[in-house]
Amino acid sequence: MPLLQAHMSLIKAKGLSVILGRHKALEHVDMTVEPGEIITVVGPNGSGKTTLLRSLIGAISPSAGTVERRAGLRIGYVPQGLSIDPTLPITVERFLSLPVRRAASDVDAALAQANVTGLRRKQMSGLSGGQFQRVLLARALLEKPHLLILDEPTTGLDQPGSAGFYRQIEDLRQDTGCAVLMVSHELHVVMSASDRVICLNGHVCCHGAPDVVASAPEYRALFGSGTGGALALYRHDHDHHHHHHEHDHA
Amino acid sequence: MLDDFLVRATLAGIGVAIAAAPLGCFVVWRRMAYFGDATAHAAVLGVALSLAFSLSIFTGVLTIALLVALLVSSLNGRNLAVDTMLGVISHSALALGLVAVSLLEGVRIDLMAYLFGDILAVGRADLSIIWLGALTVLGLSLWRWQALLTSTLNTDLAHASGLNPKAEQMVLTICLALVVAVAMKVVGALLIGAMLIIPAAAARPVARTPEMMAVLAAAIGALSAVLGLQVSILYDTPAGPSIVCIAAFIFALTQGVAGFRQA
Repeated sequence: MPLLQAHMSLIKAKGLSVILGRHKALEHVDMTVEPGEIITVVGPNGSGKTTLLRSLIGAISPSAGTVERRAGLRIGYVPQGLSIDPTLPITVERFLSLPVRRAASDVDAALAQANVTGLRRKQMSGLSGGQFQRVLLARALLEKPHLLILDEPTTGLDQPGSAGFYRQIEDLRQDTGCAVLMVSHELHVVMSASDRVICLNGHVCCHGAPDVVASAPEYRALFGSGTGGALALYRHDHDHHHHHHEHDHA
Repeated sequence: MLDDFLVRATLAGIGVAIAAAPLGCFVVWRRMAYFGDATAHAAVLGVALSLAFSLSIFTGVLTIALLVALLVSSLNGRNLAVDTMLGVISHSALALGLVAVSLLEGVRIDLMAYLFGDILAVGRADLSIIWLGALTVLGLSLWRWQALLTSTLNTDLAHASGLNPKAEQMVLTICLALVVAVAMKVVGALLIGAMLIIPAAAARPVARTPEMMAVLAAAIGALSAVLGLQVSILYDTPAGPSIVCIAAFIFALTQGVAGFRQA
């Protein structure tokens, strides 16, 4: 029933609880990801953001509740702080051909899509932080994902670098129609690029459209009210960007 | 041709080198050196078991190696660091094996042959077991190569692509037990770890891809076996340790080349 499937949620978590060791990392989390939407998960350190993403991809089994993935769902995953052991020699093109062998033309296309052309023959260990994150993104894109999951993808990038990275995520959503679920610390940059924001602190504190969440008392209790102004500022910037879409791709 | 003991020994050495190369790379990449040692040391216990129950040495060693490999791969360091746990298991298994062998009544065995190998005594039957084991390990690692590599890089990446890193870990565990069982006759329980680690480590500085590293490791291992045997005949030195010495020499060479390139 492919027609029906198009309207199904990509991922649905119901009453998801995770216990790591003796620590309750997640408690009764309900959430869904619909096709094509951008969702950002925000929350303080140790609030279970990464645990949530890892549960959704099936790397952690929940102690209670369920995670339903749509049948045949393809996930492109960019993990947090991936480090490659220095004893493992690997070129960019070899890394992109894991776990499925890819044609050279596909590899080039994905690198171009992630805005890092010409790195194919470089060693992964020789990349800068920004290049590395974009190669991870290229690898995720090669999965032709219905859902892109990014865990703090701009760690190690400066502010313009990470703003550029998130703009690109939005462009990718436009081009490919994939949904995006990401975790970020950079509230003001990320929030206005999102359709929905989930504020997490072990449980879902509040969720909804970015401006709704930003003004929610639960959110302000966690992050203070300082980000409200930055959000408005960024939104202006962001609208502006869309009129000049082509310039960034030169 | 197989009538010549030196030809049989050389073929046995090459077989072990080929089996140990891809696995040795994973042992290096996943920082499992202790894991390999623990499994190999337990092999002496397998010898005792074989003699006590009149099994073939291969069967006994394979069984114990598999059990210990399963045990250590299920460790998650709840109270002690994993390397401490592996150290405990590795040396206890070796000691227990030595004690068990000595307790066997009416059996006088050459313990040195099991600790350091007896490659010059490899017969036709040994040779076929070694090559059967080597080809099985090679087949398993080729079959699971992409998935193993992905899981080694990052288990979450593997999960997101629908792979099961635990199952891939199991493939490595089985391969490790097989390598231990086939390498026992060639280099002995104490030096199996060396055949896993040293050729792979020697290949690292000159490799650009994981595949290149595995192929080079096999070549270095095979070369070590051939040269080590010649040295052993020429200077009347023990064969297994001579093979490992050559491998260590090649390791020093490639490290030197890498250092020279960087300077």
